Amino acid sequence: MKRIVNGLHFQALGEEIRRCKDSTVELCGVCGQRYIGAAARDKHIRMTGTPGNALGAYLDGGTIEVYGNAQDATGDTMNEGVIKIHGSAGDATGYAMRGGKIFIEGDTGYRAGVHMKAYEEKTPAIVVGGRAGSFLGEYQAGGVIVVLGIGNTGGEAPVGYFCGTGMHGGRIYLRSSVLPRSLPEQVCAERCTDADFEAVRPLLEEFSASFGRGETFSAEEFYVLSPNTKNPYKKLYTLSGG
Amino acid sequence: MKKEGQVRIPSGCAISGIFARDGERIGGEEIVRSIALMHERSNGLGGGFAGYGIYPEYRDLYAFHVFYDSTAAKEACERFLERHFDVVNLSKIPVRRMPEITDEPLIWRYFVTPLPTRLVASQLDEREFIARCVIRINTSIEGAYVFSSGKNMGVFKAVGYPEDVGRFYRLEEYAGYCWTAHGRYPTNTPGWWGGAHPFAMLDYSVVHNGEISSYDANRRWIEMFGYQCTLMTDTEVITYLVDYLHRRQGLTLEETAAVLAAPFWSTIEQMPPKERERAVYLRNTFASLLVTGPFSILLGFTGGMMALNDRLKLRSMVAAEKGERVYVASEECAIRILEPQPERIWSPRGGEPLIVTLKGEA
Repeated sequence: MKRIVNGLHFQALGEEIRRCKDSTVELCGVCGQRYIGAAARDKHIRMTGTPGNALGAYLDGGTIEVYGNAQDATGDTMNEGVIKIHGSAGDATGYAMRGGKIFIEGDTGYRAGVHMKAYEEKTPAIVVGGRAGSFLGEYQAGGVIVVLGIGNTGGEAPVGYFCGTGMHGGRIYLRSSVLPRSLPEQVCAERCTDADFEAVRPLLEEFSASFGRGETFSAEEFYVLSPNTKNPYKKLYTLSGG
Repeated sequence: MKKEGQVRIPSGCAISGIFARDGERIGGEEIVRSIALMHERSNGLGGGFAGYGIYPEYRDLYAFHVFYDSTAAKEACERFLERHFDVVNLSKIPVRRMPEITDEPLIWRYFVTPLPTRLVASQLDEREFIARCVIRINTSIEGAYVFSSGKNMGVFKAVGYPEDVGRFYRLEEYAGYCWTAHGRYPTNTPGWWGGAHPFAMLDYSVVHNGEISSYDANRRWIEMFGYQCTLMTDTEVITYLVDYLHRRQGLTLEETAAVLAAPFWSTIEQMPPKERERAVYLRNTFASLLVTGPFSILLGFTGGMMALNDRLKLRSMVAAEKGERVYVASEECAIRILEPQPERIWSPRGGEPLIVTLKGEA
């Protein structure tokens, strides 16, 4: 295991991580360095402090673990691997993600899972322990987003405005007794069935195990959002209204 | 030089602010450390700072910071100042020569108070008198530009990286209860000394990360009220919108924020009746002052600071508290470098202003 202590410029830090032959790299007290673990595929990178934007961008395997908060664009376009944040993450978490998993113990900001997609065996997943900001899953095309709303006591869904706007694939699971106040037309919201729940059970177990949490979850606590199969997009492109 | 809209420089910005609610004076080197950490968000074409509470010995005088292109401009401006003001003190602003900052204009500071006869004859209140004099100098005296004009506050800005600008102006020699900072990465407009942030009018100062799509609509409206956008950058107009709404129209800061970052109609529909009525009124009355496009701004003013994101939150902004200190920055790391263990750290929602004021002055 290799330990690297903070103070390096992001380019130098990235270079050290890439050159490192050990499979486990520990970073102490990072502060704002961008692109940590970008495109890595076979390393376990653990860190304390606050990593900079685009943590694990293009990640292609391995594990990144942050004992603290992450900033914006965590896991941007990641393809494989796991990112665990023992804290909260900023805006645009998992932007255009196409594979792999992101677990956030706390909250995430605006635009998590925007443009997330899936292809054949690749089904990316984001699990948020607390709340998510507005535009969650905007233009989602595939994959799974789960928001657990732990500690959410406001009587409102644990997401902001415009959840799932433009969604045309994938699913969003919201652990909430109520739906978000306004959902766009393209989104279909239903109570979670046992089959729906089984599909995400491994993710929930991994979330609990990752953060050593004791909450238990059950199907009836969730709503599932999916694209409206009536496919309103046809109306955008044809005169007849499809 | 080409103006806003005539040139496009394809290329974010960084902002940071510190506020001491108990009025404790924070050294300028602190804000420099914070903004320096976000070096990559700037490209060396502009950096600047605003400090509040930095001139306690002249607290009742307006502090004018002025750039001059030539001694002729300085002489013309000083003749104007002598006709309209009692100039209590004048000096060059002390700077540190350094290779990172070049082509500086003449940089002067004047502590002034309006001549009573002039003020009475103008039939204006004092602040309006000052604002008009500043606009007059900036538009009619070639090569003179007043870039700071408030009491017990000052703006320091230049072309360069913000950490270099901070050293250039020897900010460690100043202390105040509030500091804001900006690192510039101009996207649409030329990088020049006047175009660096903050933009100030009276004691209002604005630092901005973003790009204002509504610039021309906002400009056309505000120019009806005597403001002139001369600085070839979009941020200038936000300063005038705040001055117009908060000082001249007497709106509260919350109302001002609800005009600049008005909620969507679909969001307004979901509000409780009373709140909805207010939101509809503000959106309709000041429709042309809605600022669209991505922005995160820090507004400094006497005794307070306001942070505001556009309603879609298209730019990052994080806030934190520890004791009486409040921090706001584009990135969390820029707060952690000053305060590793804040008691609370959060991101205000888009369009939701964060307003902090000195204790006892709220």
